[in-house]
Amino acid sequence: METLMQFISDNQLMIYMVILMIFVGIELIEKVPSVLHTPLMSGANAIHGVVIIGAIIIMGQAESTYALILGFIAVVLGTLNVVGGFVVTDRMLDMFKKKKK
Amino acid sequence: MKQYILDILYMIGAVSFIFGIKLLGNPEKAKKGNFYAAVGMALAIFGTIFLYESDGKPLGNYAWIFGGLILGTVIGTLMAKKVQMTGMPQMVSFFNGMGGACAGLISLVEFNHISAHGDFTSAPTLKLIIIFLGLIIGSISFAGSMIAYGKLDEKIKDKTLPLQQVINIGLLAVILAIAFMASYGMISNANVLFLLLGLSLVYGVLFVMPIGGADMPVVISLLNSFTGVAAAMGGFLYDNKVMLFGGILVGSAGTLLTVVMCKAMNRSLTNVLIGNFGGSSASSSEGKTITGSIKEISKTDAAVLMKYSKKVVIVPGYGLAVAQAQHVCHELEQVLEEEGVEVKYAIHPVAGRMPGHMNVLLAESNVSYDKLIEMDDINPEFKTTDVVLIVGANDVVNPAAKTDPSSPIYGMPILDVEDAAHTIVMKRSMKAGYAGIENELFYSPKNSMLFGDAKKTLTELVSELKSL
Repeated sequence: METLMQFISDNQLMIYMVILMIFVGIELIEKVPSVLHTPLMSGANAIHGVVIIGAIIIMGQAESTYALILGFIAVVLGTLNVVGGFVVTDRMLDMFKKKKK
Repeated sequence: MKQYILDILYMIGAVSFIFGIKLLGNPEKAKKGNFYAAVGMALAIFGTIFLYESDGKPLGNYAWIFGGLILGTVIGTLMAKKVQMTGMPQMVSFFNGMGGACAGLISLVEFNHISAHGDFTSAPTLKLIIIFLGLIIGSISFAGSMIAYGKLDEKIKDKTLPLQQVINIGLLAVILAIAFMASYGMISNANVLFLLLGLSLVYGVLFVMPIGGADMPVVISLLNSFTGVAAAMGGFLYDNKVMLFGGILVGSAGTLLTVVMCKAMNRSLTNVLIGNFGGSSASSSEGKTITGSIKEISKTDAAVLMKYSKKVVIVPGYGLAVAQAQHVCHELEQVLEEEGVEVKYAIHPVAGRMPGHMNVLLAESNVSYDKLIEMDDINPEFKTTDVVLIVGANDVVNPAAKTDPSSPIYGMPILDVEDAAHTIVMKRSMKAGYAGIENELFYSPKNSMLFGDAKKTLTELVSELKSL
């Protein structure tokens, strides 16, 4: 119990951030028209590609072949997530733009 | 100095994500939002590559990093550019799976770092928990997304094992128990990591396998938020604020989006995850037998009927998208307009495969945006409509949703097409829709059926209209 409380106290800032971000996320989505759900999901999908930063850090520090190979795959897959995600979202939103002509 | 710049870049990145998601919720500014988020992401990525330092040591292996980035960018761009608009949902699912796999791989390597210096149990418990969670969530997201991708692409069929729910819950409990024991030093064999990896992948497959195709968007959205949480684990691991920010943001936004989507389909999340849409529940509506007969209409008659109407409303469904008939549909609309007929489209919130998917598909074939009318706005208009042409839609026009409490779709908001003077249902066969239930509308005296492939039939209708 004490270790848990100490952990909470030590990581206050992180925990505050997580809680706030949860609310921000909910707040942002709440009033979105259903027409935009698909692009929104796709955009959010691209944003969690931020996990690629972890892959880059691994790659940059890799010394063993194991880390090098897995890290490389991770960078490729992460890039796929980021680039593919943003490009797909952009293409979807292009469709919406046409209407205003 | 480098560290300060990197911190500021991360901060800009984090703000751009929030701002991006905010703008993505606004039809006018959505494109900008996507762009801002992409710029923020680029800053964070290149900042990490050039400025990240750990214990005063910068990152190395630049050739590998850039090789990976370039390879991923080329493949990702090609895939994203080449995919058909109808294939969008599975593409999103695929990219989501890649992110999950990336998170899982990070955990694999980090665990290896720890166990390379001897017994992994000597590492801080918290770090182990984070690594295990990243691995488990990432792997589930990867395996689940790949199955969802396969299902939407019609490569994989729905399959339910006997006692599926018991197996799933049991498996999840086993995974969590192993992770817990390993984190607290009760298991010291380093191979536990691969056991967790394997079990999580299996769980991901079993989790998505029984869920019906119509519910796939909900599942993708849920897996999307899973990957967000997995990314956030990476944020904890490296004490990296932008990863934490982006991950949690997507995790919470994705969860809410999932709930909102469920609401639009009038289904609860538990229902989606546990209940099997259609299947056994379909028998419940058997008590009510539908009387009346089905009337077929020829293409010529249908063309004549529409030509001499004042107002025609087209109800597009997924069948239209599958048949790639959205372009012909637009052509039909133009031909009718030339004849002086007012044409509108009635868009049900879940038309297509995802909320908003139908709008994207029709917009792609140049249908003007102001012709796409949302359900609540078009419903009162059906009374003054002469002909409703229903193309490849079924459950969204089933009056049972309003009249038959025993129907599995009872309570779902539907388009009130039965108010119109005539309805023409264009379908391939009498087969029931996703929900697997009969549609009373087909037997209505005001309704006529036009059997055939949506694209072929629409094309023939267009040429009939032109020759009249």
